[in-house]
Amino acid sequence: MTEHAPTADTVLPADDALNQLSARFGDALQRDTRPGYEGLIVDPDHLVAVATALRDDLGYDYLASATAVDYLGKGDHFEMVYHLCQTSGGPPLVLKAQTPRETATLPSLVGVWPGAEFQEREAWDLMGIRFEGHPDLRRILMWEGFAGHPLRKDWKEAYYEQDQKPFDSRWPGGHVRRAEELVPYGRNVRYPDGFSPEDYEEIAETPQARGLSSLGPGVEVEELATDRLVVNLGPQHPSTHGVFRMSIMLSGEEIVSLKPIMGYLHRNHEKIGERNTFIQNMPFTDRLDYICSLSNNLGYALAVEKLMALGARYQPPTYRAEVIRVLMAELTRIVNHIWAIGFLLNDLGAYFTPMMYVINERELILDFFEAVTGSRMMCNYMRFGGVAADLPERMRSEAQLLNDRVRDVNTMEYLRDLITERLPRAIDQIDTYLTTSEVVTNRCIGVGVLTREDAIATSAAGPVLRASGVPYDVRRADPYSIYPELEFDVACRTHGDVYDRYLIRLDELHQSLRILNQILPRLVDTEGEPIFAGRGGMYSPRVPAGEAYGRVENPKGELGFYVVSDGGQNPWRYHVRAPSFINLTPLERMCVGHKVADVVAILGSIDIVLGETDR
Amino acid sequence: MYGTGLWRGLRVTLKHFIDTYLEDIRYGFRRHVPVEAFPERQGLEARGTFTVQYPEEKLATPERFRFIPFLVVENYDHPERPGHDWCTSCGICAKVCPPQCIWIVRSDDPETGRPIPEPAEFYIDIDICMNCGFCAEFCPFDAIKMDHDYELASYDRTTAHIFDKQRLSKEFRYWQSIAPTRAAEEAAARGGWEHKDVLKQKQREAKDKGAAAE
Amino acid sequence: MSDFLRELHDPDIPVPEGIQSAVAVTRLDKLLSTVYNWGRHYSVWPMAFGLACCAIEMIAAASSRYDQARFGMEVLRPSPRQADLMIVSGTVTKKMVVPIVRLYNQMPEPKYVLAMGACASGGGPFKEGYNVVSGIDNFLPVDVYVPGCPPTPQALLHGFITLIKKLDSQNLGNRNSMPWYSRGPSDAVPIPVLGPDIIDPRQLHLIRRYAAQPEPADESAAVEAEA
Repeated sequence: MTEHAPTADTVLPADDALNQLSARFGDALQRDTRPGYEGLIVDPDHLVAVATALRDDLGYDYLASATAVDYLGKGDHFEMVYHLCQTSGGPPLVLKAQTPRETATLPSLVGVWPGAEFQEREAWDLMGIRFEGHPDLRRILMWEGFAGHPLRKDWKEAYYEQDQKPFDSRWPGGHVRRAEELVPYGRNVRYPDGFSPEDYEEIAETPQARGLSSLGPGVEVEELATDRLVVNLGPQHPSTHGVFRMSIMLSGEEIVSLKPIMGYLHRNHEKIGERNTFIQNMPFTDRLDYICSLSNNLGYALAVEKLMALGARYQPPTYRAEVIRVLMAELTRIVNHIWAIGFLLNDLGAYFTPMMYVINERELILDFFEAVTGSRMMCNYMRFGGVAADLPERMRSEAQLLNDRVRDVNTMEYLRDLITERLPRAIDQIDTYLTTSEVVTNRCIGVGVLTREDAIATSAAGPVLRASGVPYDVRRADPYSIYPELEFDVACRTHGDVYDRYLIRLDELHQSLRILNQILPRLVDTEGEPIFAGRGGMYSPRVPAGEAYGRVENPKGELGFYVVSDGGQNPWRYHVRAPSFINLTPLERMCVGHKVADVVAILGSIDIVLGETDR
Repeated sequence: MYGTGLWRGLRVTLKHFIDTYLEDIRYGFRRHVPVEAFPERQGLEARGTFTVQYPEEKLATPERFRFIPFLVVENYDHPERPGHDWCTSCGICAKVCPPQCIWIVRSDDPETGRPIPEPAEFYIDIDICMNCGFCAEFCPFDAIKMDHDYELASYDRTTAHIFDKQRLSKEFRYWQSIAPTRAAEEAAARGGWEHKDVLKQKQREAKDKGAAAE
Repeated sequence: MSDFLRELHDPDIPVPEGIQSAVAVTRLDKLLSTVYNWGRHYSVWPMAFGLACCAIEMIAAASSRYDQARFGMEVLRPSPRQADLMIVSGTVTKKMVVPIVRLYNQMPEPKYVLAMGACASGGGPFKEGYNVVSGIDNFLPVDVYVPGCPPTPQALLHGFITLIKKLDSQNLGNRNSMPWYSRGPSDAVPIPVLGPDIIDPRQLHLIRRYAAQPEPADESAAVEAEA
């Protein structure tokens, strides 16, 4: 069930590709020559033509990430940054288009890559760039009617204190004051001048305002006049995995149109991230996909390390640090996948029993995380150029509170038993328990099919993409850390339905165990070696000006961090390419034609975490 | 045949069901198993009942566990500097704190007006603190550490949730008791159990003495 | 049984020594309250309502290792109509606070709110963000705050015990402590409106004062003058 995954050497040399394009488009296409930057800058008028050429002629069929940067005071323009990939593998090509801040208009690329839909809506919502030709340009994270576009550099929130952390009011004269005391309303609110609550009319949430069309994509006009029923699911619903909301238009019990509505957990990650120093963002990344904090850490560390590598005195992580990183990332994958399978079964109606079993195993992995990193979920473990601390010799606890029960085991022994005995048994148990169960097969096979073409076009990532027959895994396509020297197969299935997405997770659990079994001897061999190359653990690393896109294969898909530095202590722009967010783009295509009860199963099989969807 | 998969799955649940009783038989149907059996029951060998009967028994936190930070002060029975702050108010914790929840007022010498190395006030708003542990990690004096006490539920936050210096201060002995290995490692790095500055001063004195003796 | 008797006994009423362990003398309201609270304090049904990271720890607390069923709280109700306890588990955003207030209004009395984690208590690390409410207590009355980011499942269980203590201390004889027995329906919390920013109907007078007629003077100075 696995195919040979493409590796980096099968890729067209990037220079060749660029020369062909330059010849065709002349001055409309220029190389980005700013120091630390890479890629191509396209004249907006030719953006669609260049994008189409890249897709059709050069094989850049997959839009990994699209985001906007506000260069206020550095040229006063918005820059839309697209990261394009080939599903055959290789590093991404960076495509940029600039527009002045006053006009802020660019052509939409939804026609070329439908996966741009939500990302362009996000850029409109947060940055205020209008996309001409976008089919449904509405706000996505904030609500309609919200004043301003918050990610613009000149937009300030109610609790605004300073452009950059650390704040001067904390030290040395740090007299404690709650932020509430400094604003007129005593709350985190701000209204435009002259705003009158009496004259204000709330924007009504009609089905049309939510983007629902009674004629779903591909649905023929029926002769019989029937009423459509609009069903709202969420944001408070036990099967939406958090505060996710869907608006569904039904014909009978069949879904005609479906629109996800998100932003209920939009915690302003990127705005806060631009104010933080580089290291301060690390614990915030824990809270993106809060089930896989360690692999989020890894992605961010990779992005900043790429930037630091532009400078002179950068020392890459030691081998031991890389081994520990991969160990943590793969254990995180196991945590995430068993959790996802447990929750999928919850959604199918097997209320809580499979969940209980997988949570037991998860607890045992979390015991290890807690002993090594200090926290069960918010691990905050990776640092630039290494990890926070080496594995402790013993996982021991001390009795402090009354009735505390103490444990004390050797870390390596625990890890070995966990990887070679406990987890294989647990995964086999999941397999026996669920894979052939008629409850699962009847509900899952043939439901929520996403074709290979649609999966690539809509920028689906991770298990969703691989279940549709695309063997694309960043660990192989654009390798990082020590993955090139590890043996594993890229799991791939072909049907693209809910059942295959479940099987993919099971396959990946086995592959993760295979990787972990190779990690164990490496851990033993590197015992006692340093975890930092130089003097690590600096809280103010030197990050030269430039841009970097660090990406990892997170359990949910490609997690990318696009970081722009202006040479200071804080990132100028900090964007997260969130797999949970972009994997929702094909949700409507998967659901149309199915019954409303299947929506829950389909959503469960995509496996979203709202912290990452809404950021 | 239809239903075989279901039956195979049900055998797994049945096994779990029986396992819990096997465990009960093993521990003589006691609700709280003996303390010695606890690590096994909560470890990788766990088969049956997995429950920790909080609050009658609690899962102790590992050494590196992070919750709200606390300030290390000298032991209250220290011969020379009882209860003296280890913090020198250098402000690194306040600068590195990601959500900026630390407020420090540096003390000034009333006569010379020059700063003296101890905080006059130290606040942490635990409603903002994200338990990331950066303050403890980057403190050059081992003066701020992450506490293990998680039982902090309260009825009111306006008064209870801004921890002042008094609320934050805990004896050095407490840090030794919650994290003996790490306290020992840090002491080895400093060159003694005392505060860095005290050790430096002692070294200087010893040097002076040596010089005087010569 | 002696624990129960000790709790029931009114310390103000003297009882001869020797029979103290077997006899409890108490006032009628206290007797009724104790029986009433005993009946309900191990059947607090939380709402299955997760917001963010803390919700994962809440699920962990509900699963077998921590097992909140031991506190009679295993019945996580998806519907607010059947729930007694709202665990606000995670960051409350402005967009989400509207449904939260609606859910709270739909819960039958007596109802309790537990703010789990730093975000729900006071905004948490995301407090400075433009879409984050600095604490659910800006909108709802909160009974118990559980600090931590996130609180471990054991910390949450400690929060439950704290809540049960509060519940036990409520007295039938005192209307203020059990407002749901006072006459007439209780007031619903006004539902906020999503305008250019979130509008709490209870703050309309302030909005009229500061936004509709913006004063050129420093805003914080205005607040201080008011104080």
